[in-house]
Amino acid sequence: MIVSKCYHCGDDCNRTKVLFDEKEFCCNGCKTVYEIFTTNGLSNFYDIEERAGTAPNEIQRKYDFLENQDIVEKLVTFNDEGVQVVNLSIPSIHCSSCIWVLENLNRLNTSITSSQVNFPKKTIRVTYTINDFSLKRLVLMLSSIGYEPYISLDEYNKKERKVDRSLTYKLGVAGFAFGNVMLFSFPEYFEVEEFWLDRYKPVFRWLMFAFSLPVVFYAGSGYFVSAYKGLRSKLLNIDVPIALGILMLFLRSTVDIVFDLGSGFFDSLTGLVFFLLLGKFFQQKTYSFLSFERDYKSYFPIAVTKLKKNGDEENIQIYKIKIGDRLLIRSNELIPVDCILIKGMAEIDYSFVTGESQAVFRQSGEKLFAGGKQLSGALEVEVLKSVSQSYLTQLWGNSVFAKDKVTAFQTLTDSIGKRFTIGILTIAFIATAYWLLHMPSMALNVFTAVLIIACPCAIALAAPFTLGNMLRIFGKNKFYLKNTNVIERLAKINTTIFDKTGTITTTEKDTILYEGVALTEAETALLKTTLRASNHPLSRSLYEILKSNAIMTLDEFQEYTGKGIEGRSKEHSIKVGSASYVGRNSSDTIASTAVYVSSDESYKGCFVFKNKYRQGVGKLFNSLGEHMQLGILSGDNDGEKQQLKKILPENTDLLFNQKPENKLEYIKGLQKDRNVLMVGDGLNDAGALAQSDVGISVSENINVFSPACDAILDASVLSKLPLFIKMSRKSIQVIKLSFLLSLCYNVVGLYFAVTGQLQPVVAAILMPLSSISIVVFTTLFTNVLGRRIKINES
Amino acid sequence: MSVIYVLLAISISVAIVFFAAFVLSVKSGQYDDAYTPSVRMLFEDELLSNSKDSTNEKEIKLTKSTNQ
Repeated sequence: MIVSKCYHCGDDCNRTKVLFDEKEFCCNGCKTVYEIFTTNGLSNFYDIEERAGTAPNEIQRKYDFLENQDIVEKLVTFNDEGVQVVNLSIPSIHCSSCIWVLENLNRLNTSITSSQVNFPKKTIRVTYTINDFSLKRLVLMLSSIGYEPYISLDEYNKKERKVDRSLTYKLGVAGFAFGNVMLFSFPEYFEVEEFWLDRYKPVFRWLMFAFSLPVVFYAGSGYFVSAYKGLRSKLLNIDVPIALGILMLFLRSTVDIVFDLGSGFFDSLTGLVFFLLLGKFFQQKTYSFLSFERDYKSYFPIAVTKLKKNGDEENIQIYKIKIGDRLLIRSNELIPVDCILIKGMAEIDYSFVTGESQAVFRQSGEKLFAGGKQLSGALEVEVLKSVSQSYLTQLWGNSVFAKDKVTAFQTLTDSIGKRFTIGILTIAFIATAYWLLHMPSMALNVFTAVLIIACPCAIALAAPFTLGNMLRIFGKNKFYLKNTNVIERLAKINTTIFDKTGTITTTEKDTILYEGVALTEAETALLKTTLRASNHPLSRSLYEILKSNAIMTLDEFQEYTGKGIEGRSKEHSIKVGSASYVGRNSSDTIASTAVYVSSDESYKGCFVFKNKYRQGVGKLFNSLGEHMQLGILSGDNDGEKQQLKKILPENTDLLFNQKPENKLEYIKGLQKDRNVLMVGDGLNDAGALAQSDVGISVSENINVFSPACDAILDASVLSKLPLFIKMSRKSIQVIKLSFLLSLCYNVVGLYFAVTGQLQPVVAAILMPLSSISIVVFTTLFTNVLGRRIKINES
Repeated sequence: MSVIYVLLAISISVAIVFFAAFVLSVKSGQYDDAYTPSVRMLFEDELLSNSKDSTNEKEIKLTKSTNQ
């Protein structure tokens, strides 16, 4: 078959080809988007980037809750005099064409006055008048062109978050002062006995003093705070010697100019703070389009449909659900609270909560848990518990989620800082004591000089630049870290635990085995045609697998919710569904997910769905197993146990049927004598991810949300995980090497300081020189390491 | 020679003006999104006017963007 690509979204057009305007589309949705774009003069979309569109999802009444004004009020950021401004997050923004079409939204509706895209964050800010327009219509319009906004409970609670720009300001202040002070102190570097220079010296010196004030008290304030906090909790972190250095530089320089002893060290002082802040700034790289802090709120809808006593439907906010309320859960909706099923056949996918991939069937009167997804048909339920007390949400009450892994971890820099501070203070006191005995007038000079020159600027820069650069290299290789601290923790890992479903297996179950009497060609064709009409996930995947191109017309099609489907063409009929539905005795059914088929009322066989492992999983286990202990922690049943044993190293722990809190406890138990890396994917791993030393979330599409974790790994590079761990270890070695280098600088500086010959110009040269050479050294080294990742690839 | 005071005053005030401009630009959020404007700039010629009659054929020169 010739594979043709959809003109709009670039997907293969195998399933249903739609021809329109001499172009091929994969579905009616894409064709509609094309129509909308071309009739509104937005056809440039296809010229900017080819096949850049996104196929729209079908939505019917999903956004009815946006008619509720209370909810709208919470979502919009501005609402006055008929004008509303709203920020919407649109995960499908991915290229320049998207920016272009979204910024030309007013072509589609004149009520929209302006729209602006923030590409890194994947958000759009829309201003519109509400005369004959509304938020609901905006959302529906966006959805119809393939940019469905993501509106979740998280959004609802979010106050307009204050962006913290203080570091940028501080950096600006320090840079500004640094440049000016350098210029002012320049004349005195060439200490020539010159008349005019001598005369205006005090002016320049006091100007420098004035410029250094905001640097010490504003830009450098963070170091004093951090040092104070460290000392209070009896920790000698790296900020202690830095704060000491800044303070000494400032006091000594002030004393120098007050008593006219010299020009002071204001240039070094401002330069030091500037370089330190630059390091912080570099380290602060964040992936703003990813979120590492998600909990159940990001997954839950904002509103549900409540059924009033008189049978009317009403959209209410989730937090307003009361015990005893009747709710309507439509197909593919998430159940937000624990409840009892009143009406309808429930087919619930709990993979969100438990990791168990097989959907369960429930009859009316049975209990349903929050977090399950109804797969087919509408349900009527009665609420048992409020949102915050439901089974799934209770997990977030665990104290693990309040723990901050960064503060609990002592970084390499801090552990060096401790020894460094003790060493420097010892040298300072010994040198002072020596000078007190020989030339007491020099003692104070030497004491301050030692603290100034030993200020560990280069040491403090080594880690931010090495790890910051590594973070970027990882990012380019589709491994996104929350912060640089994760690299240091990753380097210490000696045990790796994997979740099964969705982590080492693909999310689609596309290995399908057929067991039973072989189907004839006509039967296969009929089966495929029948499946085509069904939207059930299993029908979809079975449809993709079946090899038959004959498409026939169905005379009759019936879908029995929670049971199966039936198709009839002429005199032949076919039934697909659960064992009992096709008339198969359910006692000899298999543990795995299976779909049973009967033709003309006689049982034929069943399709068994098997988990498909991601590419390179075997290799991944092999190379990881050489260095560390591995484990599997799955919420699923143990149907795959034998197969897993084959690809895993011996004495690997395999645990199945683990509930979320079991996983958490298991990791906790391991942590007594190990550093554990947890690799998971779903909400059911959230506890384990939070508890582990490093929690990595594997995702097939990084724009789709993953649970709170330390890092997000694109599923396509899962097999590179051992390499990433190795790189992290190498980065730590780079930091250690640069510590050695900066110690050399310190030794040279200390020689000048201890012998009492530290001139401002020496400090002014040594400080930037050491900082810059460290930055160059670490950047070069990490880039060389980064290239190695690429080489391994090819 | 007291002209140096004048010169210093001028140079510092010029510097402070630029510094203030920097602070204002940060405050207005110009540094929050450093990527989108770079793409938007390329579309400047293609921004469509809102007049209804000229929907389709407004000979628009397209610069095929070559960025990824």
